[in-house]
Amino acid sequence: MDLSTAGILLLDGVTNGAVYGLLALATVLVFAVTRVIFIPQGEFVAYGALTLALLQLGKVPGTIWLLLALAAVAALLDLADAVRRGLPAAAMARGLVRTLAAPVVVAAVTWWAAPLKLHLLAQSMLTLAIVTLLGPLVYRLAYQRLADASVLVLLIVSVGVHFALTGLGLVFFGAEGYRNPSFWDARFSAGALTLSGQTIFIFVASIALIVGLWLFFGRTLRGKALRATAVNRLGARLMGISTSGAGKLSFGLAAFIGALSGLLIGPTTTIFYDSGFLIGLKGFVAAIFGGLASYPAAALGALLVGVLESFSSFYASAFKEVIVFTLIIPVLLWRSFQHGHDDEEEQ
Amino acid sequence: MKKNRILAAAAAAAFATLAPLPALADITIGVSISLTGPTSALGIPTQKGIALWPKEIGGEKLNVIVLDDATDTTKGVQNTRKLITEDKVDVVVGSVTTPVAVAMADVCAEGKTVQLMLSPANLPPGKDGWSFRMPQSTAVMAIPIVEQWKKLGVKTYGFLGYSDGYGEAWLKDIAPLAEKAGIKLVDTERFARSDTSVTGQALKLVAANPDAILVAASGSGAAMPHKGLVERGYAKAKIYQTHGAATMDLIRVGGADVEGSFVSSGPAVVAEKLPDSNASKALGVQFKNQFEAANGKGSANQFAAHAFDVVLVLQKAVPIALKKGKPGTPEFRTALKDAFETMGRTPVSQGVLNWTAADHFGYTPETGVMLKVVSGDWQVVP
Repeated sequence: MDLSTAGILLLDGVTNGAVYGLLALATVLVFAVTRVIFIPQGEFVAYGALTLALLQLGKVPGTIWLLLALAAVAALLDLADAVRRGLPAAAMARGLVRTLAAPVVVAAVTWWAAPLKLHLLAQSMLTLAIVTLLGPLVYRLAYQRLADASVLVLLIVSVGVHFALTGLGLVFFGAEGYRNPSFWDARFSAGALTLSGQTIFIFVASIALIVGLWLFFGRTLRGKALRATAVNRLGARLMGISTSGAGKLSFGLAAFIGALSGLLIGPTTTIFYDSGFLIGLKGFVAAIFGGLASYPAAALGALLVGVLESFSSFYASAFKEVIVFTLIIPVLLWRSFQHGHDDEEEQ
Repeated sequence: MKKNRILAAAAAAAFATLAPLPALADITIGVSISLTGPTSALGIPTQKGIALWPKEIGGEKLNVIVLDDATDTTKGVQNTRKLITEDKVDVVVGSVTTPVAVAMADVCAEGKTVQLMLSPANLPPGKDGWSFRMPQSTAVMAIPIVEQWKKLGVKTYGFLGYSDGYGEAWLKDIAPLAEKAGIKLVDTERFARSDTSVTGQALKLVAANPDAILVAASGSGAAMPHKGLVERGYAKAKIYQTHGAATMDLIRVGGADVEGSFVSSGPAVVAEKLPDSNASKALGVQFKNQFEAANGKGSANQFAAHAFDVVLVLQKAVPIALKKGKPGTPEFRTALKDAFETMGRTPVSQGVLNWTAADHFGYTPETGVMLKVVSGDWQVVP
């Protein structure tokens, strides 16, 4: 292998690694705040890419029906809760509006805007809005009641949510794949390396998101509340932080990150309704590097996964996935030797 | 009170099991295909083709039962058992998924019921006694590719295929043909449909610089590796695709990057462009008109065509078998198998079949057609 080949492979690996990194961050975030190992993280990637693909075709994406249905069920559950607790009518109405307003507005705008074939960026914003709103609703319906269950139970729920979302993806988007147009068609070459505009876009978006998250967690009250919940749920609750609110917020962020990853990766490959799972799983492997707790370690792990994947596809393409997923075993060994057994929640 | 309820339940159950039982002498076809799961892209168009089946065959009323195997081998076997033992079907059709179809073959042989596979599954000798394939074998579809290579003076080729049964079958079938023609395989690379990039594989293949590269993938999944090769500077006109990729989805997703590339295909998808001498032309045009009238222009593909062909072979075999027994009886099922094996040369929309007791693939070498992508559409390469 010469230097230019290595350079191309490295660039390809880092590009994919950047996307895996975003998903790894989302996985760590969700786990830290809610203790949910969020397997369906990848589904948001596929939903993001494919919702945009359908908007590009001028069709109304099926995701808005899912959004409306989930919002309606969540509103009903909230209402039932409120009736049981005997809340006044005004409070009930406020709760309903809070649950329903955003989904209904976003769905209506999509319904109106879909046939207009707006500019790519406008459609991307719409896509982000649709998928991001799915996140809190998924938490509300699938996890909120089980917030105090064991990690294992939450994991099993995640598997169920994953199958449900994949199946719905098939209904909404069909079995064939789509490839989205590039956000930026420019190409820059430096020697044998060609840097496409989309690659730069991926790097910039990833870095911007990481900085944004850092500011959010470090500077804002809501971010600090999330961190507090991650450190100690009971303690945070005693301080007046709503743990279910924190759960919804973290799922919203995870869905946003997933959808953004979908938009970033959509122009570089063909995305199918079930593509998200494998992409999300690679993000999960990266998150394992950080022991599902450390953001920088997860990001580094993601770059390693991306580069390893790229080089193994060159040397032994038939064993690429084997190599990437086998990586998890030495990492787990190393982590368990280093830290021993410290499963705090079982105590 | 309680007794009544049990009685009611029993009655309901009895009706439920009675309902699907066909009147005697109707021909019943049991279909088990993948409508969900990873290969639903193949199963869904097949189902649309089945929706257009006629009401009767050979003067007998036709009952069709369609079940979903969810691309799951266990489910496929369950469906097949149900179809054979409960519904007493005369023919089993499916699956579109190779591993599922293989597992179903055992059950069909056990139940002595003909299986019309919608996947070109390879079975060990002696295992396919009751199983006939509707799609062409990869060996038949490899012929036009190697012929084209011979014509163009190709000396070396590279292979970039799915890391699954489809990719393996292609590699296994094209290698001996190419070797006989003196064409050398210089590099073999694999990828999976859900991969996000093929940069590594493409770099290696392009560095080996073969005269042609064969991409063995299906549907829109064939576009990503194709684009990957073009991105690394490989000539579009030297890339060949297999019949699994011969759908408009390749052109839709691949866009300008697949322009000028070659695809080996069954005749049905390009029926109207075939020369009049082609035996499948008239049938292919009939299929396309019928299917696109129901599902919209440009919707016809090879999977729906296989469903159409199931009717063609049954129309030929059923009258022969009816002389030996009534539908719904074991005699009829055995007679149907014998009829398939002895009915001889049968043109269908996807080629020319000639099933014999020894060959249950049966497509003759005249079947495959070489296509070229020209301005976003197929062109037949003479």
